[in-house]
Amino acid sequence: MSVKLTASAIAVAAFAATTATARDQVQIAGSSTVLPYATIVAEAFGENFDFPTPVVEGGGSGAGRKKMCEGVGPNTIDIANSSSRIKQSDIDLCATNGVSEIMEVRFGYDGIVFASDIDGPSFGFTPADWFNALAAQVVVDGKLVANPNKQWADVNADLAAQDILAFIPGTKHGTREVFDKKVLEAGCKATGALDLLGDKKACHALRTDGVSVDIDGDYTETLARLDANKNAIGVFGLSFYQNNTDKLVVATMDNVVPSTETVASGEYPVSRPLFFYVKKAHLGVIPGLQEYVEFFVSDDMAGPDGPLAEYGLVSDPELSATQDMVANGTPMQPLN
Amino acid sequence: MTDVTPTTSILTVDDRTRRRNVAEKRFRTYGVIAITLAMLALVGLMTSIFSGGLPAFKQTFITLDVYLDPAKLDKDGSSDLEKIRKVSTFGYAPLIKKALEEQLAKPELAVEGLKSKDAAKMISKEGAAEMRRFVLANPDMIGETVSFKFLASGRIDGYYKGRVTMQSAERDKNVSPQQLQFADKLKDAGLLKTSFNWGFLTRADASENRPEAAGLGVAILGSVYMMVIVLFLALPIGVAASIYLEEFAPKNWFTDLVEVNISNLAAVPSIVFGILGLAIFINFAGLPQSAPIVGGLVLTLMTLPTIIIATRASLKAVPPSIRDAALGVGASKMQAVFHHVLPLAAPGILTGTIIGLAQALGETAPLLLIGMVAFVREYPSAPPEGFFDPAAALPVQVYNWTQRADPAFVERASGAIIVLLVFLLLMNTIAIILRRRFERRW
Repeated sequence: MSVKLTASAIAVAAFAATTATARDQVQIAGSSTVLPYATIVAEAFGENFDFPTPVVEGGGSGAGRKKMCEGVGPNTIDIANSSSRIKQSDIDLCATNGVSEIMEVRFGYDGIVFASDIDGPSFGFTPADWFNALAAQVVVDGKLVANPNKQWADVNADLAAQDILAFIPGTKHGTREVFDKKVLEAGCKATGALDLLGDKKACHALRTDGVSVDIDGDYTETLARLDANKNAIGVFGLSFYQNNTDKLVVATMDNVVPSTETVASGEYPVSRPLFFYVKKAHLGVIPGLQEYVEFFVSDDMAGPDGPLAEYGLVSDPELSATQDMVANGTPMQPLN
Repeated sequence: MTDVTPTTSILTVDDRTRRRNVAEKRFRTYGVIAITLAMLALVGLMTSIFSGGLPAFKQTFITLDVYLDPAKLDKDGSSDLEKIRKVSTFGYAPLIKKALEEQLAKPELAVEGLKSKDAAKMISKEGAAEMRRFVLANPDMIGETVSFKFLASGRIDGYYKGRVTMQSAERDKNVSPQQLQFADKLKDAGLLKTSFNWGFLTRADASENRPEAAGLGVAILGSVYMMVIVLFLALPIGVAASIYLEEFAPKNWFTDLVEVNISNLAAVPSIVFGILGLAIFINFAGLPQSAPIVGGLVLTLMTLPTIIIATRASLKAVPPSIRDAALGVGASKMQAVFHHVLPLAAPGILTGTIIGLAQALGETAPLLLIGMVAFVREYPSAPPEGFFDPAAALPVQVYNWTQRADPAFVERASGAIIVLLVFLLLMNTIAIILRRRFERRW
């Protein structure tokens, strides 16, 4: 009997306690690309401040933004990490649920690299090479034909005579968006296929004969697949590559070796900004939120010599403007 | 009269019998092959888990005497704790670097071409945090030289576990052969030691920059909390429901419907319960995210059908004569059930409950949706308040670690699987012992 009493007591307490107690730690969710950076900041924050360590969840950029836009209150998250910019549909969803003011914080850049097994040949690509290797239709003698290329050497005589096999991120990843835009579209334009296809979106169509493999998991899966297929090329984040330099050899893009320096200077073309979005209504309500945001963009963390840069973040040259923005609590302007 | 000459003899085997014998032999071979394949798969799985995960239970430590420099930690010499608190972990890192510089200056430890900046990277970043914690707890030690036992960084630790070699270090951006040479010299000097990694079981999760400091403490606590909630909710509810359905409920279309639905629920994919939990417990009831209470409630829903089915089966197995005898001497229906039937069915109920709990312990999918797959570094407080604090869970920690970039986390993930397996094995053993000791057959 007492067992039953305890059980019902717990259930009652469950419903009573939530309305009474406020949350005392910051809660964050979103992009798995931003996740490692956010955990590094959260850990250092918990060590150096009197606030509890924030809870950081992954789940993907889109899912994180949607979660943030669910409403205002202690059982909704405070910050959404995102590896792509917020969309108008998210802002509209936020507005319908009463989340009116959002703070947009850009804290750095992430490079996207092409890498293969360390014992294989090294590659030097151009976006046109990738388009010719993976697109469903390519230009041959001024006409669009189904992609006939079998080896990298068919695409570009300077590349190794190795079968084309690429592991690229699946369509749910933010990384794929950058790959489509910065690599496929650029290659599409360079090879003249854009004029024949007429539409940028048509450039994203990839061949379906098993040469290009979508990876829906994370970079660890891509690495495991590369290990099994030594002659494949994989797409990784710069920080992931830097943690696995003993297994991977990185390819250059337009003769630029990817590094935090070349991404920061803009020489290396395939990169993207990283963001997090703060629910302004929670600032001052959730203890430690303002401090966490300020700590994240401080020079100690996100600066060029900070632990985030050490892990692979490309520091934002305009970080001081971001710091001012955070200190003043400026909400983001409507998307243009 | 015709002579009947026997065409067959019982002494010689005829065709038909031979065929039947051969068929039987063939079937036995198939059976042996099936068992062998299953065993091979199990052995393969276990070997890969144990070879990958056992190193996680060992950890390399570097012992260093660090001078707690008042010029760095207590600049104005006021010993004011508030001011000492202002010095962040970034302020402690140079002290470790200095201590290593002193070691490097010793002729027997010197390594050519190793900068003190790189030597400092051999010590986990957790080291500065540990020092800060120590100083804040013992502010009077500032100005003294204190011996600290620091975690070695993931790559150095990996060197003594065979994950990092001199060859791989040459290509690795995060470790250099000089660092490994220095580590070897420290080992010869007795300053670097590998010992059992209690921290793996007690520490909280750590960020990607310090895999060596990552542990299962929060995940184990979170899993225990959830199991307590599941046990205290699912067992009474499940047993009460089964007793009513089995002993009291009238047999009609409604109870049949309930029965079909319970069997159906037992086969529903667990992620469905996660979606339900998100909608009901978090969005509607307003319970906090990432909390064991929500995880426990969701897993309770998932475990209930298992417990109800097991309980009903064990109630059914109690012979009707027991009930009849009890009713015959004048017991009420309820007395017959609670005094006679339930005690006899108890071993079966407990076994079913433990198996249900074991299933819930290893469940990840529903937890994905209620925010338990998170980076949680704070230990939840003691129950019942702790049920509402964020926590991780064991299977979720495995999932989290396999996604991290640093190879040291792969080892930790396998280690976490071993811990999870040990828990499952314990629970299943208890279930078997209970069944063996208390089960009665009629």
